[in-house]
Amino acid sequence: MREKILAVIEKNSRIDLHDLAVLLGESEAAVANEIADMEKENIICGYHTLINWDNTSDEKVVALIEVRVTPQRGMGFDKIAERIYQYSEVQAVYLMSGAYDFMVMLEEKTMRAVAQFVSDKLSPMDSVLSTATHFVLKKYKDHGTVLSQKIQDERMLVTP
Amino acid sequence: MRNPLADKAVAIKPSGIRKFFDIVSEMPDAISLGVGEPDFETPWHIREEGIYSLERGRTFYTSNSGLKELKQEICSYIDRRFRVPYRYQDEVIVTVGGSEAIDIAMRAMLNPGEEVIIPQPSYVSYEPCAILADGVPVIVELKEENEFRLTKEQLLAAITPKTKLLILPYPNNPTGAIMEKKDLEEIASVIIEHDIFVLSDEIYSELSYNGGHVTIASLPGMRERTILINGFSKSYAMTGWRLGYACGPAEIISQMVKIHQFAIMCAPTTSQYAAVEALRNGDADVAVMRESYNQRRRFLVHRLREMGLTCFEPYGAFYVFPSIQKFGMSSDDFATTLLQEEKVAVVPGTAFGDCGEGFLRISYAYSLESLKKALDRVEHFIQRLDKGGANS
Repeated sequence: MREKILAVIEKNSRIDLHDLAVLLGESEAAVANEIADMEKENIICGYHTLINWDNTSDEKVVALIEVRVTPQRGMGFDKIAERIYQYSEVQAVYLMSGAYDFMVMLEEKTMRAVAQFVSDKLSPMDSVLSTATHFVLKKYKDHGTVLSQKIQDERMLVTP
Repeated sequence: MRNPLADKAVAIKPSGIRKFFDIVSEMPDAISLGVGEPDFETPWHIREEGIYSLERGRTFYTSNSGLKELKQEICSYIDRRFRVPYRYQDEVIVTVGGSEAIDIAMRAMLNPGEEVIIPQPSYVSYEPCAILADGVPVIVELKEENEFRLTKEQLLAAITPKTKLLILPYPNNPTGAIMEKKDLEEIASVIIEHDIFVLSDEIYSELSYNGGHVTIASLPGMRERTILINGFSKSYAMTGWRLGYACGPAEIISQMVKIHQFAIMCAPTTSQYAAVEALRNGDADVAVMRESYNQRRRFLVHRLREMGLTCFEPYGAFYVFPSIQKFGMSSDDFATTLLQEEKVAVVPGTAFGDCGEGFLRISYAYSLESLKKALDRVEHFIQRLDKGGANS
Protein backbone atom coordinates (compact mmCIF):
# COMPACT_ATOMS: atom_id res chain seq x y z
CA MET A 1 0.00 0.00 0.00
CA ARG A 2 2.91 2.36 0.75
CA GLU A 3 4.09 2.53 -2.84
CA LYS A 4 0.56 3.26 -4.03
CA ILE A 5 0.02 6.02 -1.48
CA LEU A 6 3.35 7.59 -2.37
CA ALA A 7 2.67 7.40 -6.10
CA VAL A 8 -0.56 9.34 -5.66
CA ILE A 9 0.58 11.97 -3.17
CA GLU A 10 3.85 12.56 -4.96
CA LYS A 11 1.72 14.07 -7.72
CA ASN A 12 -1.04 15.48 -5.56
CA SER A 13 -0.22 16.04 -1.92
CA ARG A 14 -3.42 18.00 -1.37
CA ILE A 15 -5.74 15.10 -2.08
CA ASP A 16 -7.99 14.58 0.91
CA LEU A 17 -7.75 11.47 2.97
CA HIS A 18 -11.24 10.26 2.11
CA ASP A 19 -10.63 10.45 -1.65
CA LEU A 20 -7.23 8.84 -1.33
CA ALA A 21 -8.73 5.90 0.57
CA VAL A 22 -11.45 5.47 -2.08
CA LEU A 23 -8.95 5.60 -4.94
CA LEU A 24 -6.84 2.89 -3.34
CA GLY A 25 -9.76 0.81 -2.15
CA GLU A 26 -8.53 0.96 1.46
CA SER A 27 -10.04 2.23 4.69
CA GLU A 28 -9.40 5.81 5.70
CA ALA A 29 -7.90 4.75 9.00
CA ALA A 30 -5.43 2.38 7.35
CA VAL A 31 -4.27 5.06 4.91
CA ALA A 32 -3.97 7.66 7.67
CA ASN A 33 -1.87 5.28 9.78
CA GLU A 34 0.39 4.44 6.91
CA ILE A 35 0.97 8.11 6.13
CA ALA A 36 1.66 8.92 9.78
CA ASP A 37 4.20 6.07 9.92
CA MET A 38 5.93 7.24 6.78
CA GLU A 39 6.16 10.75 8.19
CA LYS A 40 7.75 9.35 11.35
CA GLU A 41 10.17 7.23 9.39
CA ASN A 42 11.19 10.24 7.32
CA ILE A 43 10.01 8.61 4.11
CA ILE A 44 7.64 11.51 3.64
CA CYS A 45 9.88 14.50 4.40
CA GLY A 46 7.56 17.37 3.56
CA TYR A 47 4.69 18.63 1.43
CA HIS A 48 5.59 21.30 -1.08
CA THR A 49 3.91 23.32 -3.76
CA LEU A 50 5.17 23.36 -7.32
CA ILE A 51 5.25 27.00 -8.37
CA ASN A 52 6.13 28.40 -11.74
CA TRP A 53 7.77 31.59 -10.49
CA ASP A 54 8.18 32.81 -14.06
CA ASN A 55 4.45 33.51 -14.08
CA THR A 56 4.64 35.73 -11.00
CA SER A 57 6.11 39.20 -10.63
CA ASP A 58 8.60 37.84 -8.12
CA GLU A 59 12.19 38.02 -9.36
CA LYS A 60 14.18 34.92 -8.64
CA VAL A 61 17.49 33.64 -9.85
CA VAL A 62 18.28 29.96 -9.75
CA ALA A 63 21.83 28.76 -10.18
CA LEU A 64 23.32 25.30 -10.37
CA ILE A 65 26.85 25.26 -9.00
CA GLU A 66 29.27 22.45 -9.64
CA VAL A 67 31.63 22.16 -6.70
CA ARG A 68 34.87 20.19 -6.55
CA VAL A 69 36.20 19.48 -3.06
CA THR A 70 38.94 17.57 -1.25
CA PRO A 71 37.38 15.33 1.32
CA GLN A 72 39.30 15.71 4.57
CA ARG A 73 40.55 12.97 6.82
CA GLY A 74 37.83 11.75 9.13
CA MET A 75 35.24 14.03 7.56
CA GLY A 76 34.36 12.53 4.19
CA PHE A 77 31.89 14.29 1.96
CA ASP A 78 29.04 14.42 4.42
CA LYS A 79 30.59 17.03 6.68
CA ILE A 80 31.42 19.30 3.78
CA ALA A 81 27.93 18.87 2.38
CA GLU A 82 26.52 19.84 5.74
CA ARG A 83 28.52 23.05 5.80
CA ILE A 84 27.00 23.91 2.44
CA TYR A 85 23.39 22.82 2.93
CA GLN A 86 23.02 24.67 6.22
CA TYR A 87 22.73 27.92 4.27
CA SER A 88 19.05 28.64 3.86
CA GLU A 89 19.47 29.98 0.32
CA VAL A 90 20.74 26.58 -0.74
CA GLN A 91 17.78 24.63 -2.12
CA ALA A 92 19.45 21.32 -2.84
CA VAL A 93 22.80 19.59 -2.49
CA TYR A 94 23.60 16.34 -4.28
CA LEU A 95 26.78 14.26 -4.17
CA MET A 96 27.60 13.41 -7.76
CA SER A 97 29.62 10.86 -9.67
CA GLY A 98 31.80 12.18 -12.47
CA ALA A 99 33.71 15.39 -13.07
CA TYR A 100 32.73 17.22 -9.89
CA ASP A 101 31.59 16.28 -6.40
CA PHE A 102 28.58 18.38 -5.38
CA MET A 103 25.75 19.88 -7.29
CA VAL A 104 24.44 22.83 -5.33
CA MET A 105 21.20 24.47 -6.28
CA LEU A 106 20.91 28.02 -5.13
CA GLU A 107 17.97 30.38 -5.19
CA GLU A 108 18.53 34.09 -4.78
CA LYS A 109 16.87 37.38 -5.59
CA THR A 110 19.60 38.62 -7.90
CA MET A 111 22.61 37.42 -9.83
CA ARG A 112 24.78 39.61 -7.65
CA ALA A 113 23.55 37.73 -4.60
CA VAL A 114 24.48 34.43 -6.22
CA ALA A 115 27.92 35.78 -7.10
CA GLN A 116 28.37 36.95 -3.53
CA PHE A 117 27.40 33.59 -2.12
CA VAL A 118 29.91 31.83 -4.33
CA SER A 119 32.75 34.27 -3.73
CA ASP A 120 32.18 35.00 -0.05
CA LYS A 121 30.87 31.74 1.31
CA LEU A 122 31.37 28.77 -0.93
CA SER A 123 34.79 29.29 -2.53
CA PRO A 124 36.63 30.26 0.66
CA MET A 125 35.73 26.98 2.38
CA ASP A 126 38.86 24.98 3.13
CA SER A 127 37.87 21.90 1.26
CA VAL A 128 36.50 23.59 -1.85
CA LEU A 129 38.86 23.33 -4.82
CA SER A 130 36.79 24.98 -7.50
CA THR A 131 33.29 26.02 -8.48
CA ALA A 132 31.45 26.51 -11.77
CA THR A 133 28.21 28.44 -11.68
CA HIS A 134 25.39 27.94 -14.20
CA PHE A 135 22.30 30.13 -14.23
CA VAL A 136 18.94 28.65 -15.08
CA LEU A 137 17.37 30.59 -17.95
CA LYS A 138 14.02 28.86 -18.14
CA LYS A 139 12.34 25.94 -16.47
CA TYR A 140 10.36 23.76 -18.83
CA LYS A 141 9.57 20.84 -16.60
CA ASP A 142 9.98 20.37 -12.89
CA HIS A 143 9.07 17.47 -10.63
CA GLY A 144 7.65 15.57 -13.59
CA THR A 145 5.30 18.41 -14.49
CA VAL A 146 5.50 20.45 -17.67
CA LEU A 147 5.32 24.09 -16.57
CA SER A 148 4.82 25.95 -19.79
CA GLN A 149 1.77 24.41 -21.41
CA LYS A 150 -1.75 24.07 -20.21
CA ILE A 151 -3.23 20.67 -20.85
CA GLN A 152 -6.30 20.76 -23.04
CA ASP A 153 -8.66 17.90 -23.69
CA GLU A 154 -8.67 17.57 -27.45
CA ARG A 155 -11.03 14.64 -27.58
CA MET A 156 -14.48 14.87 -29.09
CA LEU A 157 -17.14 15.10 -26.40
CA VAL A 158 -18.87 11.83 -27.20
CA THR A 159 -17.33 8.82 -28.94
CA PRO A 160 -18.41 5.20 -29.10
CA MET B 1 -32.47 10.17 -61.90
CA ARG B 2 -32.16 6.61 -60.64
CA ASN B 3 -31.84 5.88 -56.96
CA PRO B 4 -28.07 6.03 -56.41
CA LEU B 5 -28.16 4.13 -53.13
CA ALA B 6 -27.84 0.55 -52.04
CA ASP B 7 -30.84 -0.65 -50.06
CA LYS B 8 -28.53 -2.50 -47.70
CA ALA B 9 -26.72 0.71 -46.73
CA VAL B 10 -29.89 2.74 -46.41
CA ALA B 11 -31.49 0.11 -44.19
CA ILE B 12 -28.78 0.39 -41.57
CA LYS B 13 -29.78 2.46 -38.56
CA PRO B 14 -27.47 5.37 -37.81
CA SER B 15 -25.59 4.86 -34.56
CA GLY B 16 -27.48 6.08 -31.49
CA ILE B 17 -24.30 7.58 -30.19
CA ARG B 18 -24.11 9.80 -33.25
CA LYS B 19 -27.50 11.29 -32.41
CA PHE B 20 -26.35 12.08 -28.92
CA PHE B 21 -23.08 13.51 -30.18
CA ASP B 22 -25.03 15.98 -32.29
CA ILE B 23 -26.94 17.17 -29.23
CA VAL B 24 -23.78 17.50 -27.14
CA SER B 25 -21.88 19.44 -29.78
CA GLU B 26 -24.51 22.17 -29.50
CA MET B 27 -23.29 22.66 -25.95
CA PRO B 28 -19.58 23.37 -26.05
CA ASP B 29 -19.35 24.24 -22.35
CA ALA B 30 -20.66 20.84 -21.25
CA ILE B 31 -18.45 18.60 -19.13
CA SER B 32 -18.28 15.30 -20.88
CA LEU B 33 -18.10 11.84 -19.37
CA GLY B 34 -19.00 10.48 -22.76
CA VAL B 35 -15.80 9.47 -24.49
CA GLY B 36 -14.71 6.00 -25.44
CA GLU B 37 -11.00 6.69 -25.58
CA PRO B 38 -8.16 7.14 -23.09
CA ASP B 39 -7.38 10.56 -21.64
CA PHE B 40 -3.66 9.81 -21.78
CA GLU B 41 -1.59 10.88 -24.73
CA THR B 42 0.40 8.16 -26.45
CA PRO B 43 3.61 7.65 -24.40
CA TRP B 44 6.38 9.77 -25.84
CA HIS B 45 8.79 6.97 -26.72
CA ILE B 46 6.10 5.47 -28.95
CA ARG B 47 5.32 8.79 -30.61
CA GLU B 48 9.03 9.36 -31.14
CA GLU B 49 9.37 6.08 -32.94
CA GLY B 50 6.60 7.20 -35.30
CA ILE B 51 8.36 10.50 -35.89
CA TYR B 52 11.67 8.73 -36.40
CA SER B 53 10.15 6.41 -38.99
CA LEU B 54 9.00 9.49 -40.91
CA GLU B 55 12.46 11.06 -40.65
CA ARG B 56 13.98 7.87 -41.97
CA GLY B 57 11.66 8.14 -44.96
CA ARG B 58 9.64 5.05 -44.12
CA THR B 59 6.70 6.39 -46.02
CA PHE B 60 5.88 3.39 -48.20
CA TYR B 61 3.33 0.59 -48.11
CA THR B 62 4.10 -2.36 -45.90
CA SER B 63 3.13 -5.89 -46.89
CA ASN B 64 -0.65 -6.37 -46.89
CA SER B 65 -0.83 -8.26 -43.66
CA GLY B 66 1.55 -5.85 -41.90
CA LEU B 67 5.24 -5.33 -41.10
CA LYS B 68 7.00 -8.56 -40.32
CA GLU B 69 8.60 -7.10 -37.18
CA LEU B 70 5.22 -5.97 -35.92
CA LYS B 71 3.56 -9.31 -36.57
CA GLN B 72 6.40 -11.02 -34.70
CA GLU B 73 5.98 -8.66 -31.77
CA ILE B 74 2.22 -9.19 -31.74
CA CYS B 75 2.64 -12.95 -31.60
CA SER B 76 5.22 -12.75 -28.86
CA TYR B 77 3.00 -10.37 -26.88
CA ILE B 78 -0.12 -12.58 -27.21
CA ASP B 79 1.92 -15.56 -26.15
CA ARG B 80 3.55 -13.93 -23.13
CA ARG B 81 0.38 -12.22 -21.91
CA PHE B 82 -2.36 -14.70 -22.76
CA ARG B 83 -0.56 -17.95 -23.44
CA VAL B 84 -1.75 -18.52 -26.98
CA PRO B 85 0.91 -19.14 -29.63
CA TYR B 86 0.29 -17.80 -33.16
CA ARG B 87 2.52 -18.00 -36.22
CA TYR B 88 3.43 -14.54 -37.45
CA GLN B 89 3.70 -15.82 -41.04
CA ASP B 90 0.05 -16.65 -41.61
CA GLU B 91 -2.00 -16.36 -38.42
CA VAL B 92 -2.01 -12.60 -37.83
CA ILE B 93 -3.12 -9.55 -39.78
CA VAL B 94 -2.50 -5.89 -38.88
CA THR B 95 -5.61 -3.79 -39.46
CA VAL B 96 -6.81 -0.21 -39.37
CA GLY B 97 -8.00 -0.36 -35.77
CA GLY B 98 -9.89 -3.21 -34.18
CA SER B 99 -12.90 -1.91 -36.13
CA GLU B 100 -11.57 -3.00 -39.49
CA ALA B 101 -10.71 -6.42 -38.08
CA ILE B 102 -14.33 -6.83 -36.93
CA ASP B 103 -15.59 -5.90 -40.38
CA ILE B 104 -13.31 -8.09 -42.46
CA ALA B 105 -13.58 -11.05 -40.09
CA MET B 106 -17.32 -11.09 -40.64
CA ARG B 107 -16.97 -10.60 -44.37
CA ALA B 108 -14.49 -13.46 -44.49
CA MET B 109 -16.67 -15.84 -42.50
CA LEU B 110 -20.35 -15.23 -43.19
CA ASN B 111 -22.53 -16.63 -45.96
CA PRO B 112 -25.90 -15.05 -46.69
CA GLY B 113 -28.43 -15.98 -44.04
CA GLU B 114 -25.95 -17.31 -41.51
CA GLU B 115 -26.61 -16.07 -38.03
CA VAL B 116 -24.32 -14.03 -35.82
CA ILE B 117 -25.03 -13.99 -32.11
CA ILE B 118 -24.38 -10.52 -30.72
CA PRO B 119 -24.61 -9.95 -26.97
CA GLN B 120 -25.83 -6.44 -26.14
CA PRO B 121 -25.29 -3.85 -24.72
CA SER B 122 -22.09 -3.77 -26.73
CA TYR B 123 -20.02 -1.75 -29.14
CA VAL B 124 -22.04 -0.21 -31.94
CA SER B 125 -20.44 -1.79 -34.99
CA TYR B 126 -21.11 -5.53 -34.65
CA GLU B 127 -24.69 -5.44 -35.85
CA PRO B 128 -24.18 -3.24 -38.94
CA CYS B 129 -21.00 -5.13 -39.88
CA ALA B 130 -22.90 -8.43 -39.69
CA ILE B 131 -25.67 -7.03 -41.90
CA LEU B 132 -23.22 -5.61 -44.42
CA ALA B 133 -21.62 -9.05 -44.60
CA ASP B 134 -25.05 -10.57 -45.37
CA GLY B 135 -25.23 -12.21 -41.95
CA VAL B 136 -28.30 -12.17 -39.75
CA PRO B 137 -27.75 -10.61 -36.32
CA VAL B 138 -29.30 -12.45 -33.40
CA ILE B 139 -29.27 -10.26 -30.32
CA VAL B 140 -28.76 -11.70 -26.86
CA GLU B 141 -29.83 -9.29 -24.15
CA LEU B 142 -27.34 -9.38 -21.31
CA LYS B 143 -28.69 -8.98 -17.80
CA GLU B 144 -27.54 -6.84 -14.93
CA GLU B 145 -28.18 -9.69 -12.48
CA ASN B 146 -25.48 -11.67 -14.34
CA GLU B 147 -23.21 -8.62 -14.23
CA PHE B 148 -23.73 -8.44 -18.00
CA ARG B 149 -21.80 -11.66 -18.57
CA LEU B 150 -22.97 -14.05 -21.26
CA THR B 151 -24.35 -17.20 -19.64
CA LYS B 152 -24.43 -20.68 -21.05
CA GLU B 153 -28.26 -20.70 -20.93
CA GLN B 154 -28.53 -17.45 -22.87
CA LEU B 155 -26.14 -18.71 -25.49
CA LEU B 156 -27.95 -22.03 -25.85
CA ALA B 157 -31.27 -20.25 -26.27
CA ALA B 158 -29.88 -18.16 -29.13
CA ILE B 159 -28.28 -20.98 -31.11
CA THR B 160 -30.12 -22.30 -34.17
CA PRO B 161 -28.94 -24.57 -36.99
CA LYS B 162 -28.00 -21.39 -38.89
CA THR B 163 -25.70 -20.02 -36.19
CA LYS B 164 -22.19 -19.47 -37.50
CA LEU B 165 -20.49 -16.95 -35.29
CA LEU B 166 -20.61 -15.63 -31.74
CA ILE B 167 -19.34 -12.13 -30.98
CA LEU B 168 -17.66 -12.08 -27.58
CA PRO B 169 -16.99 -8.46 -26.56
CA TYR B 170 -15.12 -8.62 -23.23
CA PRO B 171 -13.95 -6.59 -21.33
CA ASN B 172 -17.08 -4.84 -22.44
CA ASN B 173 -17.87 -1.40 -23.74
CA PRO B 174 -20.29 0.02 -22.45
CA THR B 175 -20.91 -2.07 -19.31
CA GLY B 176 -17.37 -2.62 -18.03
CA ALA B 177 -18.25 -6.31 -17.61
CA ILE B 178 -15.64 -9.04 -17.90
CA MET B 179 -15.79 -12.80 -18.46
CA GLU B 180 -13.63 -14.78 -16.06
CA LYS B 181 -12.09 -18.09 -16.93
CA LYS B 182 -14.92 -20.10 -15.39
CA ASP B 183 -17.50 -18.10 -17.38
CA LEU B 184 -15.57 -18.74 -20.59
CA GLU B 185 -15.26 -22.45 -19.86
CA GLU B 186 -19.02 -22.71 -19.48
CA ILE B 187 -19.75 -21.22 -22.88
CA ALA B 188 -16.77 -22.87 -24.60
CA SER B 189 -18.35 -26.31 -24.19
CA VAL B 190 -21.53 -25.06 -25.90
CA ILE B 191 -19.54 -23.42 -28.68
CA ILE B 192 -17.60 -26.59 -29.43
CA GLU B 193 -20.64 -28.83 -29.17
CA HIS B 194 -22.61 -26.72 -31.67
CA ASP B 195 -19.60 -26.19 -33.90
CA ILE B 196 -19.72 -22.39 -34.06
CA PHE B 197 -16.96 -19.82 -34.29
CA VAL B 198 -16.07 -16.92 -32.02
CA LEU B 199 -15.05 -13.37 -32.81
CA SER B 200 -13.49 -12.31 -29.54
CA ASP B 201 -13.07 -8.53 -29.38
CA GLU B 202 -10.46 -8.05 -26.67
CA ILE B 203 -9.50 -4.45 -27.36
CA TYR B 204 -9.79 -3.66 -23.61
CA SER B 205 -7.82 -6.74 -22.51
CA GLU B 206 -5.14 -4.67 -20.76
CA LEU B 207 -7.78 -2.80 -18.79
CA SER B 208 -8.93 -5.60 -16.57
CA TYR B 209 -8.87 -4.96 -12.84
CA ASN B 210 -9.65 -8.28 -11.24
CA GLY B 211 -6.62 -10.40 -11.96
CA GLY B 212 -5.46 -10.75 -15.55
CA HIS B 213 -7.61 -11.00 -18.65
CA VAL B 214 -8.20 -14.49 -20.00
CA THR B 215 -8.82 -15.01 -23.70
CA ILE B 216 -11.23 -17.70 -24.83
CA ALA B 217 -8.66 -18.72 -27.44
CA SER B 218 -6.51 -20.13 -24.63
CA LEU B 219 -9.11 -22.75 -23.67
CA PRO B 220 -8.78 -26.29 -25.05
CA GLY B 221 -10.32 -26.69 -28.48
CA MET B 222 -11.01 -22.96 -28.89
CA ARG B 223 -7.94 -21.65 -30.68
CA GLU B 224 -8.98 -23.21 -33.97
CA ARG B 225 -12.44 -21.64 -33.84
CA THR B 226 -11.59 -18.16 -32.54
CA ILE B 227 -10.66 -14.93 -34.23
CA LEU B 228 -8.95 -12.88 -31.54
CA ILE B 229 -9.15 -9.14 -32.13
CA ASN B 230 -7.04 -6.65 -30.27
CA GLY B 231 -5.28 -3.38 -30.94
CA PHE B 232 -3.29 -0.45 -29.67
CA SER B 233 -6.01 2.16 -29.12
CA LYS B 234 -6.98 1.45 -25.54
CA SER B 235 -3.94 -0.28 -24.06
CA TYR B 236 -1.36 2.20 -25.36
CA ALA B 237 -3.64 5.24 -25.73
CA MET B 238 -3.23 5.22 -29.50
CA THR B 239 -6.77 5.72 -30.81
CA GLY B 240 -5.83 8.23 -33.50
CA TRP B 241 -3.11 5.97 -34.92
CA ARG B 242 -5.83 3.56 -36.10
CA LEU B 243 -4.07 0.29 -35.53
CA GLY B 244 -5.39 -3.09 -34.53
CA TYR B 245 -4.92 -6.72 -35.40
CA ALA B 246 -6.57 -10.10 -35.62
CA CYS B 247 -5.09 -13.52 -34.85
CA GLY B 248 -6.67 -16.79 -35.84
CA PRO B 249 -6.51 -19.91 -37.96
CA ALA B 250 -4.55 -19.36 -41.20
CA GLU B 251 -7.54 -20.45 -43.26
CA ILE B 252 -9.62 -17.51 -42.01
CA ILE B 253 -6.79 -14.97 -41.76
CA SER B 254 -5.81 -15.54 -45.39
CA GLN B 255 -9.34 -14.62 -46.53
CA MET B 256 -9.24 -11.54 -44.31
CA VAL B 257 -5.91 -10.53 -45.84
CA LYS B 258 -7.49 -10.80 -49.28
CA ILE B 259 -10.38 -8.47 -48.39
CA HIS B 260 -8.03 -6.12 -46.52
CA GLN B 261 -5.68 -5.98 -49.49
CA PHE B 262 -8.43 -4.88 -51.85
CA ALA B 263 -10.11 -2.47 -49.44
CA ILE B 264 -7.22 -0.96 -47.50
CA MET B 265 -3.93 -2.21 -48.96
CA CYS B 266 -2.16 -2.00 -45.61
CA ALA B 267 -2.43 -0.35 -42.21
CA PRO B 268 -0.63 3.02 -41.84
CA THR B 269 3.12 2.49 -41.97
CA THR B 270 4.00 5.17 -39.41
CA SER B 271 1.59 3.65 -36.94
CA GLN B 272 3.04 0.20 -37.48
CA TYR B 273 6.57 1.36 -36.63
CA ALA B 274 5.29 3.12 -33.53
CA ALA B 275 3.41 -0.03 -32.52
CA VAL B 276 6.57 -2.13 -32.67
CA GLU B 277 8.05 0.18 -30.04
CA ALA B 278 4.84 -0.02 -27.98
CA LEU B 279 4.99 -3.80 -27.80
CA ARG B 280 8.73 -3.93 -27.17
CA ASN B 281 8.99 -1.26 -24.48
CA GLY B 282 5.49 -0.29 -23.43
CA ASP B 283 4.64 -2.72 -20.62
CA ALA B 284 5.46 -0.18 -17.91
CA ASP B 285 3.27 2.50 -19.50
CA VAL B 286 0.36 0.08 -19.63
CA ALA B 287 0.80 -0.78 -15.95
CA VAL B 288 0.80 2.90 -14.93
CA MET B 289 -2.32 3.66 -16.97
CA ARG B 290 -4.12 0.58 -15.70
CA GLU B 291 -3.47 1.57 -12.07
CA SER B 292 -4.67 5.07 -12.76
CA TYR B 293 -7.91 3.86 -14.39
CA ASN B 294 -8.44 1.42 -11.56
CA GLN B 295 -8.23 4.22 -8.97
CA ARG B 296 -10.70 6.36 -10.86
CA ARG B 297 -12.95 3.33 -11.32
CA ARG B 298 -13.12 2.85 -7.55
CA PHE B 299 -13.78 6.52 -7.08
CA LEU B 300 -16.60 6.66 -9.64
CA VAL B 301 -18.36 3.52 -8.41
CA HIS B 302 -18.09 4.76 -4.83
CA ARG B 303 -19.52 8.17 -5.67
CA LEU B 304 -22.40 6.76 -7.73
CA ARG B 305 -23.36 4.37 -4.97
CA GLU B 306 -23.13 7.17 -2.44
CA MET B 307 -25.69 9.05 -4.53
CA GLY B 308 -27.99 6.07 -4.28
CA LEU B 309 -27.53 4.72 -7.80
CA THR B 310 -27.19 0.97 -8.15
CA CYS B 311 -24.30 -0.18 -10.23
CA PHE B 312 -22.60 -3.55 -10.36
CA GLU B 313 -18.84 -3.65 -9.92
CA PRO B 314 -17.35 -3.24 -13.42
CA TYR B 315 -13.96 -4.94 -13.63
CA GLY B 316 -12.97 -3.97 -17.15
CA ALA B 317 -12.53 -1.22 -19.75
CA PHE B 318 -13.11 2.33 -18.45
CA TYR B 319 -16.87 2.49 -18.08
CA VAL B 320 -19.40 2.31 -15.30
CA PHE B 321 -22.95 1.35 -16.22
CA PRO B 322 -25.31 2.53 -13.46
CA SER B 323 -29.03 1.86 -13.46
CA ILE B 324 -31.42 4.81 -13.52
CA GLN B 325 -34.56 2.68 -13.59
CA LYS B 326 -35.78 3.99 -10.26
CA PHE B 327 -36.33 7.46 -11.71
CA GLY B 328 -38.90 6.19 -14.19
CA MET B 329 -37.25 8.04 -17.08
CA SER B 330 -35.89 6.58 -20.29
CA SER B 331 -32.10 6.61 -20.67
CA ASP B 332 -32.47 9.08 -23.50
CA ASP B 333 -34.59 11.47 -21.44
CA PHE B 334 -32.33 11.17 -18.44
CA ALA B 335 -29.18 11.87 -20.45
CA THR B 336 -30.77 14.73 -22.38
CA THR B 337 -32.18 16.38 -19.27
CA LEU B 338 -28.93 15.94 -17.40
CA LEU B 339 -27.14 17.60 -20.27
CA GLN B 340 -29.59 20.50 -20.49
CA GLU B 341 -29.86 21.17 -16.78
CA GLU B 342 -26.40 20.38 -15.48
CA LYS B 343 -24.34 20.40 -18.67
CA VAL B 344 -22.92 16.93 -18.09
CA ALA B 345 -22.75 14.56 -21.03
CA VAL B 346 -23.12 10.83 -20.46
CA VAL B 347 -24.21 8.30 -23.04
CA PRO B 348 -27.66 6.66 -22.81
CA GLY B 349 -27.41 2.87 -22.52
CA THR B 350 -29.72 2.49 -25.50
CA ALA B 351 -26.94 3.69 -27.82
CA PHE B 352 -25.49 0.19 -27.33
CA GLY B 353 -28.67 -1.82 -27.90
CA ASP B 354 -32.30 -1.67 -26.84
CA CYS B 355 -31.56 -3.62 -23.68
CA GLY B 356 -29.36 -0.73 -22.51
CA GLU B 357 -32.63 1.00 -21.60
CA GLY B 358 -32.56 2.07 -17.98
CA PHE B 359 -28.78 2.47 -17.89
CA LEU B 360 -26.13 5.08 -18.60
CA ARG B 361 -22.57 4.69 -19.78
CA ILE B 362 -20.24 6.86 -17.74
CA SER B 363 -16.62 6.92 -18.78
CA TYR B 364 -13.80 7.36 -16.27
CA ALA B 365 -11.17 8.20 -18.85
CA TYR B 366 -10.95 11.62 -17.22
CA SER B 367 -8.82 13.31 -14.61
CA LEU B 368 -9.97 13.00 -11.02
CA GLU B 369 -10.75 16.73 -10.96
CA SER B 370 -13.04 16.48 -13.99
CA LEU B 371 -14.75 13.43 -12.55
CA LYS B 372 -15.36 15.20 -9.25
CA LYS B 373 -16.76 18.28 -10.87
CA ALA B 374 -19.05 16.30 -13.14
CA LEU B 375 -20.22 13.97 -10.39
CA ASP B 376 -21.11 16.88 -8.13
CA ARG B 377 -23.42 18.04 -10.87
CA VAL B 378 -24.89 14.58 -11.39
CA GLU B 379 -25.56 14.38 -7.66
CA HIS B 380 -27.25 17.75 -7.73
CA PHE B 381 -29.44 16.55 -10.59
CA ILE B 382 -30.36 13.33 -8.84
CA GLN B 383 -31.23 15.14 -5.63
CA ARG B 384 -33.67 17.27 -7.59
CA LEU B 385 -35.19 14.19 -9.21
CA ASP B 386 -35.59 12.56 -5.82
CA LYS B 387 -37.39 15.64 -4.57
CA GLY B 388 -39.92 15.41 -7.37
CA GLY B 389 -38.81 15.99 -10.88
CA ALA B 390 -36.40 17.95 -12.98
CA ASN B 391 -37.40 21.49 -13.89
CA SER B 392 -38.05 20.97 -17.52
